[in-house]
Amino acid sequence: MNIINIEHIAKIYQVGSEEVHALRDVSLNIEKGEYVAIMGPSGSGKSTLMNILGCLDTPTKGLYNFTGVNVSQMNDNELANIRNKEIGFVFQTFNLLPRSDALHNVELPLIYAGISSHERKDKARLALDHVGLNDRMHHKPNELSGGQRQRVAIARALVTQPAIILADEPTGNLDTKTGEDIMALFNEIYEQGNTIILVTHEEYIAEHAERIIRIRDGMIEKDEHVKDRYIPKKNGFSKAD
Amino acid sequence: MKNFFIEFLEIFRIAFNAIRINKLRSTLTTLGIIIGIVAVTTMSTAIVGLREAFLTSISSLGSDVLYVSKVPWFAMGDWSLYRNRKNLTLEQYERLKDMINTYEAIAPTASSFGLNVKRKERSVISTVVYGTTEDFQRTSQIELEEGRFMSEMDVRAGRKVCMVGQDIVKELFPIESPVNKEIKINNIPFKIIGVMTKQGSGFLGSFSLDGMIIMPLKSLELFSDDIHRRLRIDVKVGDVDKLEDAKQEIISAMRIIRKVPYNKPDDFAVNQQEAFKQMYDQTVGIIAYAGIVITALSLFVGAIGIMNIMFVSVTERTKEIGIRKAIGAKTWSILLQFLTESALICLLGGVIGIIISFPLSLIINQFLPTTMPLPIVGLSLLISAFVGIISGFLPALKASRLNPVDALRYE
Ligand SMILES: Nc1ncnc2c1ncn2[C@@H]1O[C@H](COP(=O)(O)OP(=O)(O)O)[C@@H](O)[C@H]1O
Ligand SMILES: [Mg+2]
Repeated sequence: MNIINIEHIAKIYQVGSEEVHALRDVSLNIEKGEYVAIMGPSGSGKSTLMNILGCLDTPTKGLYNFTGVNVSQMNDNELANIRNKEIGFVFQTFNLLPRSDALHNVELPLIYAGISSHERKDKARLALDHVGLNDRMHHKPNELSGGQRQRVAIARALVTQPAIILADEPTGNLDTKTGEDIMALFNEIYEQGNTIILVTHEEYIAEHAERIIRIRDGMIEKDEHVKDRYIPKKNGFSKAD
Repeated sequence: MKNFFIEFLEIFRIAFNAIRINKLRSTLTTLGIIIGIVAVTTMSTAIVGLREAFLTSISSLGSDVLYVSKVPWFAMGDWSLYRNRKNLTLEQYERLKDMINTYEAIAPTASSFGLNVKRKERSVISTVVYGTTEDFQRTSQIELEEGRFMSEMDVRAGRKVCMVGQDIVKELFPIESPVNKEIKINNIPFKIIGVMTKQGSGFLGSFSLDGMIIMPLKSLELFSDDIHRRLRIDVKVGDVDKLEDAKQEIISAMRIIRKVPYNKPDDFAVNQQEAFKQMYDQTVGIIAYAGIVITALSLFVGAIGIMNIMFVSVTERTKEIGIRKAIGAKTWSILLQFLTESALICLLGGVIGIIISFPLSLIINQFLPTTMPLPIVGLSLLISAFVGIISGFLPALKASRLNPVDALRYE
């Protein structure tokens, strides 16, 4: 089943009198359980594509079906609901709330989902445990290393058991060693049956994925499967359908 | 509903932390609100006090009593209109008494000012003395602490007897009972036959019977060459509902008695306590109006300040807004977050304002019988929160409408 189906998507930014075509005519299908890397040079439109896929932004043209639902025409609150429940976003700059501890940061999506405090804390602890941070629950972001911060962000993305995990250059702000650790975590999450799309411009990072999509100037240049699909042995962290 | 509550707890937590982190800034921002709330609470405390004092002052004027006089109490316009009027006379009083039916008591009342009262070596200067009849006890609702009020016999014979108020007693008879003792009024000996109970003083001291002496009308002639000059006729109607009818009856009768031609206006006035109330309400109205203007101005200035600081707050926290939106916060949630913050800041101002007003109200209480009215305290807090919501609205709207991608990009 396609989690993501986009057809002839375009995104045009108006900068003054000039039009910037960040994406021109992109079509794409992504199935449940896929591990996709999106590659391309800087400014090629990777982030723009990810933001649209993550329902943070809407395309100027084209159609976007997310889990079979047309989201291209949805209003802000409907999109917020999808972001909250179905999408786990991991950013290059972590984007944690600086004044909240790890636990509260991970709880946050559950608060907006209206889940009661007790259940919320249980789930957030479980997610932090999952990313190996059960001893850092009450540390604030500035008391954590870059790698740990990204783990908190990943826990926050996982805690709602979303349909898909989107990561825009998740290792971009980390050193090579820490980046590899984070990639190992993504592999693990993938092997548990989650669907992951990851943006990177490093070949060795992209090699973790089983499918690599290369974009240039807002268009898909190449889309190839580089590995066989991993068949999960046990039930994963993602939603059962 | 449960979902909303869960989210609102978070919203409240955020707002509370935001204020906690910027304690000084929040407090300074709320200065306008503080001043506004101090103005409205102290002003209303003072007004309540003025009202109390005023009501005490006019308590000797019965609400069911009409006061017939030459000149109205609150004469408006050209004074010369009244100057040429003829005095009321005792004869007119006698005729009025015969002609009207709707009354319980009717007393002609004259007064003399600035008399000196002596008891041995003690004395009181500048005393007000009323000369009237036995009916005055009922028209002015006088209660006696000791002794008796003057009788019809005392009045008719013009006996040199008198009733005294508490202030006089305090000065002249610090220890012994004044009843049946002699005092000298402008060196003429009078016997005290009664002591009036304490009325308490308002700020219109002249209306309090505490500092007065009351005696038979004829006896007053000893101190006044023309008692008619300030003669008035007090008519106790006995029923407030009949006041208007009684007034009409008196006016018709007086027009006949004083031979006012049908095409001329009255050459006398029928006053009532109500006139004082109106006068008072007008005066207080002006004070209250000034208070409201001051309050509104400072609240307005305060609101602008809050709006300004809330815009700053939204800008500072653009990234946070982006994060919250990215993980699912809805438009209304962000809106409510900032409205709550500005409402809380203003409530803080309101609370500080009330904390400042409280000792002020105690100071006012030294001069006027008053306390800070509780409804005003509640109202102040409501107003504060309301100002917060109004002034926070535009910044909150701006925050809620931020595009998540742009907000996340903000550094
Ligand atoms: N908000 C924006 N306003 C104007 N232009 C933008 C905006 N966001 C991205 N762009 C432009 O769109 C193009 C693609 O950007 P982006 O998707 O961020 O690229 P990448 O993530 O691949 O580096 C770039 O030319 C960029 O300058
Ligand atoms: Mg990018």
